[in-house]
Amino acid sequence: MTTRRRFLFLAGGAAVSAAAQAQLPANIEALRKAALAEAVRKVTGGAPVRAGRVKIEMPPLIDNGNTVPLSVEVESPMTQAEHVKSIHVFTEKNPQPWVISAHFGPRSGRARIATRARIADTGTVTAIAQLSDGSFWSDSVAVVVTLSACLEDGLI
Amino acid sequence: MARVVVNLPQRARRGEIIEIRTLAGHDMETGFRRTQLGELIPRDIITRFTCSYNGVEVFRAELHPAMAANPLIVFSTVATESGTLEFRWTGDNGFSAAHSASISVD
Repeated sequence: MTTRRRFLFLAGGAAVSAAAQAQLPANIEALRKAALAEAVRKVTGGAPVRAGRVKIEMPPLIDNGNTVPLSVEVESPMTQAEHVKSIHVFTEKNPQPWVISAHFGPRSGRARIATRARIADTGTVTAIAQLSDGSFWSDSVAVVVTLSACLEDGLI
Repeated sequence: MARVVVNLPQRARRGEIIEIRTLAGHDMETGFRRTQLGELIPRDIITRFTCSYNGVEVFRAELHPAMAANPLIVFSTVATESGTLEFRWTGDNGFSAAHSASISVD
């Protein structure tokens, strides 16, 4: 027999699980990978990206993912003939991985940007730099996040 | 007009690389958060930042929802001549903020 109490319990449970499913699709890993690949493709246009020359500085352990200080620097003489054109920063686990794109020129003097990002979950942060000769270089760091950003319940 | 803070040296030697720190007051609503009633809060972010030095653009950045609230952007430029630096932030829902600072180069 379904008592009133049992009915309410079941109804509540169904609502909670439906809400959880709505926020966290089953193929979340694939979705995140696709979003990251799509963002990187928009930047590079499919060109190969080599590791090196770029340096990310950020704390390896993050208490609060809502405000994560980070800086990206690329070694370059920054002359008209050889300079860094742009730096792009991505986070692996965000629903939208693209953080910032910064554009430089010979008048920048130094190819360095410091900013603050939101990071949803423990994962890697990637920076890709485009040089004036058209080549792409990147660096990745692994970070641990205890309080995630983007969703208050920390499901994603 | 949103509150913005820009920090740069007032004087510099010619050819010196100066660091510029900028901060704009903005919630940077991601579009992924919900109200207590479960309604999605629409995205509202700053999407673009530019810095021009005596009218010539020296730095530009595109911002995305993964930027933290009150976006901080630190970059550098070469002090070439005395003049003004113009900073401009634009974003969703017609957001616009501007700031200018002068620098004397000797």
